[in-house]
Amino acid sequence: MIPLAAAPTDRPAEIPDPEDTVTTTQDAADVAADATAGGWAAVCRLDQLVPERGAAALLRRADGAPFQVAVFRLLDDSVHAVQQLDPYAAANVMSRGIVGTRGEEPTVASPVYKQVFALRTGECLESGGKTPKAGLGAHLEAFPAEVRDGVVHVQVT
Amino acid sequence: MFASGNSTLTVRSRWLPSVEDMSSEPPTSSTRHVVVVGGGMVAQRFVEALRSRDTDGTWRISVFAEEPRKPYDRVGLTRYFEVRDAEELTLGDPALWDDPLVTLHRDCKVEKIDREQRTVTDRLGRVHAYDELVLATGSNAAMPPIPGNDLPGVFVYRTIDDVAELRGWVEAKREAGRVETRGGVVEKPVRGAVIGGGLLGLEAAGALKALGAQATVIEFGTHLMGVQCDLGGGQALKRLINDKGISVRPETATKEMKPHRRTGHVGRLDFNDGGRLDVDVVVVATGVRPRDELARSAGLEMGERGGAVVDLTCRTEDPNVWAIGEVACIEGRCLGLVAPGNTMAEVVVDRLLGGQAEFPGADTATKLKLSGVDVASFGDAHGRTEDCVEVVWADPTAGVYKKLVLSDDAKTLLGGVFVGDATPYATLRPMLGAELPGDPAAFLLPEGAGNAPDIELPDEANVCSCNNVSAGTIRGAVTDHGCTSVGDVKSCTKAGTTCGACLPLVKKITETEMTRAGIEVSNALCEHFEMTRAQLFDAVRVSELHSFSDIIERFGVVPEGATSAGRGCDICKPVVASILASQGNGHILSGEQSTLQDTNDHMLANMQKDGTYSVVPRVPGGEITPEGLIVIGEVAKDFGLYTKITGGQRIDMFGARVEQLPDIWKRLVDAGFESGHAYGKSLRTVKSCVGSTWCRYGVQDSVGMAVELELRYRGLRSPHKLKLGVSGCARECAEARGKDVGVIATDKGWNLYVAGNGGQTPKHAQLLAEDLDSETLLRTIDRFLMLYIRTADRLQRTAPWAEEYEGGLEAIRQVIMEDSLGIADDLDAAMAAHVGAYEDEWKAVLEDPDKLARFGSFVNAPTTPDPSLAYVAERGQKRPATAEEIAAGPDGPVDPALAGPVLVTGPTLEVRA
Ligand SMILES: Cc1cc2nc3c(=O)[nH]c(=O)nc-3n(C[C@H](O)[C@H](O)[C@H](O)COP(=O)(O)OP(=O)(O)OC[C@H]3O[C@@H](n4cnc5c(N)ncnc54)[C@H](O)[C@@H]3O)c2cc1C
Ligand code: SF4
Ligand code: FES
Repeated sequence: MIPLAAAPTDRPAEIPDPEDTVTTTQDAADVAADATAGGWAAVCRLDQLVPERGAAALLRRADGAPFQVAVFRLLDDSVHAVQQLDPYAAANVMSRGIVGTRGEEPTVASPVYKQVFALRTGECLESGGKTPKAGLGAHLEAFPAEVRDGVVHVQVT
Repeated sequence: MFASGNSTLTVRSRWLPSVEDMSSEPPTSSTRHVVVVGGGMVAQRFVEALRSRDTDGTWRISVFAEEPRKPYDRVGLTRYFEVRDAEELTLGDPALWDDPLVTLHRDCKVEKIDREQRTVTDRLGRVHAYDELVLATGSNAAMPPIPGNDLPGVFVYRTIDDVAELRGWVEAKREAGRVETRGGVVEKPVRGAVIGGGLLGLEAAGALKALGAQATVIEFGTHLMGVQCDLGGGQALKRLINDKGISVRPETATKEMKPHRRTGHVGRLDFNDGGRLDVDVVVVATGVRPRDELARSAGLEMGERGGAVVDLTCRTEDPNVWAIGEVACIEGRCLGLVAPGNTMAEVVVDRLLGGQAEFPGADTATKLKLSGVDVASFGDAHGRTEDCVEVVWADPTAGVYKKLVLSDDAKTLLGGVFVGDATPYATLRPMLGAELPGDPAAFLLPEGAGNAPDIELPDEANVCSCNNVSAGTIRGAVTDHGCTSVGDVKSCTKAGTTCGACLPLVKKITETEMTRAGIEVSNALCEHFEMTRAQLFDAVRVSELHSFSDIIERFGVVPEGATSAGRGCDICKPVVASILASQGNGHILSGEQSTLQDTNDHMLANMQKDGTYSVVPRVPGGEITPEGLIVIGEVAKDFGLYTKITGGQRIDMFGARVEQLPDIWKRLVDAGFESGHAYGKSLRTVKSCVGSTWCRYGVQDSVGMAVELELRYRGLRSPHKLKLGVSGCARECAEARGKDVGVIATDKGWNLYVAGNGGQTPKHAQLLAEDLDSETLLRTIDRFLMLYIRTADRLQRTAPWAEEYEGGLEAIRQVIMEDSLGIADDLDAAMAAHVGAYEDEWKAVLEDPDKLARFGSFVNAPTTPDPSLAYVAERGQKRPATAEEIAAGPDGPVDPALAGPVLVTGPTLEVRA
């Protein structure tokens, strides 16, 4: 191993706190939503999301641990949230997958190895013969998500 | 097919002696020793069959080959002019020769057989004992006793060395024919003649044409291919051959070959009818003579026209000596085709293993392998069977002649001849001796005109005569051996791997069987589109649709009970994205298009395993200034990126986070760089050697050409990635033949090779055109790429595409060089539109706040780095930490400094020396 001399980082500095939803960034600062009980957090304005694409959001779990979710907006302006962690790649990338449908079911495909997940439930519909990385489940965790007054809210407990 | 009655025999042997490992162990008591004399195609089949069937290893095999190489595909000999590489003619799996039970003695002719002692003596005087001896010495090209037949410039056409010498001769003559005049360089054409108008002679004439020489075929009989064709067929064939620019002189006997007064090389042919023809090169293709000298001196019985006489088990009168292939005289004749030879090899293998196989009779079906001239015949093509009836379809203007020979009740198929259109051949040949369903004439009508009944071949029908594969074997490959494509079936059964004439039928049977077995042969892209990529490409082009929503609404599949076709998936969306991009639809991240882009295109960078990206600026032709190198180095340093030189002669910077991408691009774009499209299924790089500007051997400026090509095709989206290469001379330092398009400089211009690739199944690119000037080169590549983009399947690289394109590379050549489909203008216009509309995708994002907004790490914290990223240092740079390293935490090897937001000063690495 090589000794490294570098400034330590102050990360994670800018995690918005779901309890007061006072986000520290300009974009999210516009979000005027109130914190709601039960772990609901305001994430962004609906118009910040591109239909049929995802975006990552940095939230906290009830125990205060930082947690990444992938939020998707569909053509009908409904929103869905699943964990950002791709269990088959162990990387935080789900928001960057392609959105589509299987039958009537809206889906997102992993951008890494192309597993297909149901957006509403997080269920893995196609594993492509792969198994998840050690310690990770086959399906995604899905989170309640809704739009209130043009602001996307996600509930993480 | 090449049988010939007359003439003496000239043994043309020019092998250089070489030292060879001769260690052959003495036979142990349990293994017996079979010696094979001759290392040709049939010997290869013999060894292959014995090794695959003799699973207990009861036989040890020694093969003595006079030629200095492994057995090769003699049937494909003419391909040598195209591939220019003897290796590409290799037969079967080369691992066969590494088998410990197989010893191949190359360049090691057997001189003598002692049947009493059961030994053979090789040319080095060494004596080898055998238990069984198999003669597979093949044939020699016959050389008729025409005075002057030993002049320099007179060739036969049998071995790799023959064709290599022929090519060298023609090229030397062409060089010698270049004269400088006041008006510029004038090239005198090289005049070639082929004596003999059979299958082989026509192939040789085609080869002469391909080498840029003129060709005249001298035929003794009344018409070409007299063995296979009747007069009507021969005449239709003459028209087709003339159309290829080859002259034919039938009913002509050659009296003498005269030397040129000055050079002493062959210079003129004198004919019996008083005519004469000036020539620079002569190929003699008047038939073959069995190489039976060994058998003869061993006192074995000889056939009337030579050949070692064998019975139906392929055994000679000596119970321990067998003969197979062209040297065997079976049922009273020698057979000049590979299929019966292979059958004989299988018969002897069966006998050696205690079986009872017998030679079932020869399949003498043949197909001419001369591109653009379709000729095939099988069975009793001349209608010599008593009371037979003939059904003929002739269209003299089109040069089409088709004939079926049937039994007297017009039902049982006895034979056939096809000239100009051999499509029925593949289906009908296996029906030889069987009753045809329906009206036989229906099979002869032009395709589409009559409804030829669908023939369901019986299992025992022989589909591939070269490899003796029946319809049942092909079906079994699908049902019992899990084959799910023609490629699988080919490697499993060997069907279609020799002359290829049976391939259409192999494909049909395979697909029918797959459907029957419930294996889907659907060409559908995915559940949303029933079309192939090529069909969708055309549909989108013709309908002029520009958005995915419109395309799926118009062409998508609406499942039963549903009201719409849905919203696509990770398969069809990137395909549509690529199609739209190839047809010029603006920036790939604009509007709805941004939702279609696959992982890498979506971020204009390549996602790596930890979700970060790598960034590759374009370095056209691999040419870069010192200032450019410094900029890249500084960017990498400032953003803390891992750097690596790519195989495509540029620099890849790894570990960039989403939110860093725009800043990195800005630095690069400001310094004059642009996107290298390393993320796209699109042109990647044009690799080049340094070429004539610096290299002592270079004959053209390969870097200049590479830069021009890269700037022309940059950003061109395609079904798969595209790589090009340019070498400055024939030494090929740029490895251009491993590319989709390879350009190699000649002293007259550029040779163009296409459809090669590296990767999992490497393929050498094949020669498409020679000595092109730069303008023609660009136009030809334009069309090649556009044709590929329009017609290839999803994720199909150029090599499999060219292989599967109907008619293969030759058909592709005709489309782009001779405009055989009338679409050349269209292809040119499409490429011009691409070149005109090019913009740097990075710069366009930097100029558009809407697009820029998508490059934040989190929608609620766009500048916060992904907190989960972790790195360790290795060899002086960073790399993603493994799960174990992450678990060990910052007290372990994971270094938070490497992952953090990068200070402009950058984390410095102290590297221990
Ligand atoms: C240009 C061309 C095109 C052809 N096209 C077709 C076609 O389309 N369809 C078809 O069916 N057939 C075709 N043929 C014929 C086909 O190639 C032969 O039928 C086939 O190669 C015969 O195989 P073989 O093993 O019997 O003989 P060969 O392949 O000739 O092999 C015999 C080998 O034995 C070696 N040998 C001879 N004597 C000795 C010795 N004493 N010691 C050691 N080695 C010895 C020879 O050097 C030779 O390498 C074509 C042939 C040519 C030349
Ligand atoms: S291919 Fe020729 S020109 Fe290019 S570097 Fe090699 S020797 Fe020189
Ligand atoms: S018939 Fe020649 S390869 Fe099948």
